[in-house]
Amino acid sequence: MRIARRVTRAILAALALPAILLTLWWVLTADSESYYLPPLSEILAAVDDVWLHSDRLSADVLPSVLRLFGGFLLAVVIGVALGVAIGSSRRLRAFCEPVLEFLRAIPPPVLVPVLMLVAGIGDTMKVLVIVSGCVWPILLNTVEGVRAVDEVLVETARCYGVRGPSRLWNLVIRSASPQIVAGLRQGLSIGIILMVISEMFAASNGLGFSIIQFQRTFAVTEMWTGILLLGLLGFLLATLMRLFERRALNWYFGLRQAQRGGSR
Amino acid sequence: MTSTLTAPARASRAGAASRAARGTTLLGVLGFATFLALLEVVPRSGLVSPDYLPPLSRIGVALAELAGEAGFWTAIVDTVQGWFLGLAIAVAAGIAAGFVIGTIPVLREFTASTIEFLRPIPSVALIPLAVLVFGSELRSVLLLVIYAAFWQVLLQVLYGVQDVDPVAQETARTFGLHRWARIRHVTWPTALPYVLTGVRLAAAVALILAITAELIIGAPGLGNEIGVAQSGGAVARMYALVIVTGLLGVAVNVLARRLERWLLSWHSSLRREVA
Amino acid sequence: MSIMSETRTQTADPRTEALLDVRGVRKVYEGHGRSVEAVRDLTFTVARGELVCVVGPSGAGKTTLLKCIAGLLAPTGGEVVLEGTAVDGPSPGMAVVFQEYGRSLFPWMSVRKNVELPLKQKKLPRARRAELVHQALDAVGLGDVQSAYPWQLSGGMQQRVAIARAIAYEPHILLMDEPFAAVDAQTRADLEDLVRSLWHRLGVTTLFVTHDIDEAVYLGQRVLVLSAAPTVVLDDIAIDLPDERDQLTTRSSARFAELRAQVFAQIQRAKKHHAGADHP
Repeated sequence: MRIARRVTRAILAALALPAILLTLWWVLTADSESYYLPPLSEILAAVDDVWLHSDRLSADVLPSVLRLFGGFLLAVVIGVALGVAIGSSRRLRAFCEPVLEFLRAIPPPVLVPVLMLVAGIGDTMKVLVIVSGCVWPILLNTVEGVRAVDEVLVETARCYGVRGPSRLWNLVIRSASPQIVAGLRQGLSIGIILMVISEMFAASNGLGFSIIQFQRTFAVTEMWTGILLLGLLGFLLATLMRLFERRALNWYFGLRQAQRGGSR
Repeated sequence: MTSTLTAPARASRAGAASRAARGTTLLGVLGFATFLALLEVVPRSGLVSPDYLPPLSRIGVALAELAGEAGFWTAIVDTVQGWFLGLAIAVAAGIAAGFVIGTIPVLREFTASTIEFLRPIPSVALIPLAVLVFGSELRSVLLLVIYAAFWQVLLQVLYGVQDVDPVAQETARTFGLHRWARIRHVTWPTALPYVLTGVRLAAAVALILAITAELIIGAPGLGNEIGVAQSGGAVARMYALVIVTGLLGVAVNVLARRLERWLLSWHSSLRREVA
Repeated sequence: MSIMSETRTQTADPRTEALLDVRGVRKVYEGHGRSVEAVRDLTFTVARGELVCVVGPSGAGKTTLLKCIAGLLAPTGGEVVLEGTAVDGPSPGMAVVFQEYGRSLFPWMSVRKNVELPLKQKKLPRARRAELVHQALDAVGLGDVQSAYPWQLSGGMQQRVAIARAIAYEPHILLMDEPFAAVDAQTRADLEDLVRSLWHRLGVTTLFVTHDIDEAVYLGQRVLVLSAAPTVVLDDIAIDLPDERDQLTTRSSARFAELRAQVFAQIQRAKKHHAGADHP
């Protein structure tokens, strides 16, 4: 009984506020004459036509997501590889640090016009833009993580002949993984922003392109559906990231809790 | 084994440390010089066409020209204004909301799902809405900056409030401290480092969004200048502007970190005096 | 754990071959223009099958010495010879148990994986690995927590995992660096008996470093007393206590008290020697 009540309460807590907000939105906009704020009922009704009964899912959403994944994965590979190299060598770190400080401080969206020059307005440009934005948080967090590898663990690995690729994975990367994952999370949210911006700035398809087209043609209801879809995409990707984090860092959360004396 | 080290040994360690620090600085300067040299040599050697990446010297000339234009300085002021206003509002709102939600368990329980849903929504999704409602002016920039920066602050404040030691909280209660006194003397000091982390993160995100808004919406500022330079084919000028945004970013990071360190040290020294 | 199934006869055989030969090891840490001599001259041997304790005041280069032997640090002078071969890096013939149990186990691996990882590096076949892991964990009394993470265990159990990892590695010599300095007294007594029993059952040569005189006398067949830094060997005391030892009777015996006093006197001398060195 008690468990059932707790579950009920948890469900209520999770759904109450969203339900209230949506109802408010629905009711307050029901008779809306405002040009910018069409009734929620109209927006939801339009989702079907605009996204589901058209080729937009495959022609716009899919390319966006593929570019995001491509750019993100590339950034992960580059960021972790460089991060491990730089983090492992004090000299290399001293050599690179000022340049990295400068490069990561450049707001990534300004690279859209720069990369457009080099790579045109095709997929290559967009993937490059995403890579150039995602790579910094991943790289810098990896460097921090690799620097912080416990000295006793390093000696343990040496004693027991753990070296080469096994050392890289079992010692360095696993040990830095909490920081690496933090970098991935930051990188992903920047990646989504860049995916949208690169499409808004110059593109012929994509989610960002569709939304900006709707706005330019004053198709406000359609634009709203696009905004909702983009929000949903952001939420979904963040949820996937969290699931991944729970799995990959299971040990870390447990360890931290154990260190805190099991409180909370 | 450090306990065995005698005074000269410790002195030699300090000496080695300062020498190492000097070596680090030297390597850093060398690294930056290499980076600059590459920016000059790569386009000159034809490895990358100078049409895409002009040699550093030409970017330098463009930068000098920019510095002589009143419009450039106005653009910087515009960008900084949008950044600062948006950040200030987001920080104030984030701290207020964070403390209210964080210190009242029921609120925390019932807002968690909504926060988790709204936070990852990319603020750039609001661009078309901002354009329609506000056009290409400061308010558009502010909308994006505030939305993006607010969550950074709010989340950190929530972490901070959650991190309060239950024992300290209990102690305060047994000493009969009221809710306000508890927030002021127990919750706030614990949460402060988190708040400052939130401000630091928000400052960087706010700059990104301010410049993005200018670039995409066309609100006045550095981002807009970059867009204009790009569409006008003024490549060197565009790179010069990109470098300026980078310097601005470095300045924001350095300032935020300074502020954080200064406030924290001031805070802890204050606490020590009280104790 | 006090009853041994097979008691080994420990006769002082003069022909016993030296397994580990530490010859004139010296270690100087180089700073900026200055240098610190941590270890001046250490010479001793450990015979095959021996259990030797090294005890010294805190600040004697005990850890430095152990790291030199393990090949983790290169000595400035002298050499360490293991089974006739000079040590110039970590060797598969040695396994180390560190003091910081919480930091020497991989927190992202289960207990089983922690013990198995070094065996994978040795390229042992899967079946053999499973067998060794199983035996080692059983030997330290942890057969039933194989899939737990180290941080889910108590400090004493974590150190047992580290010991299991070391014996599963099948080293020719087991090096232990103040392994029980960070656990509570009761656990410590249990772990000391565990070390004795493992040594009996497996016959693995053990070099046990500690700052605790009682522990050294209780565990060892021989106790090497080190001076304060710069370290030399002050004395090499044979512990002629009966081979069957237990916490109560052994520690309360008259001979134990004598040996303890003997080592204690040496340590006091070591400290004075150190004080003299400080103020020439």
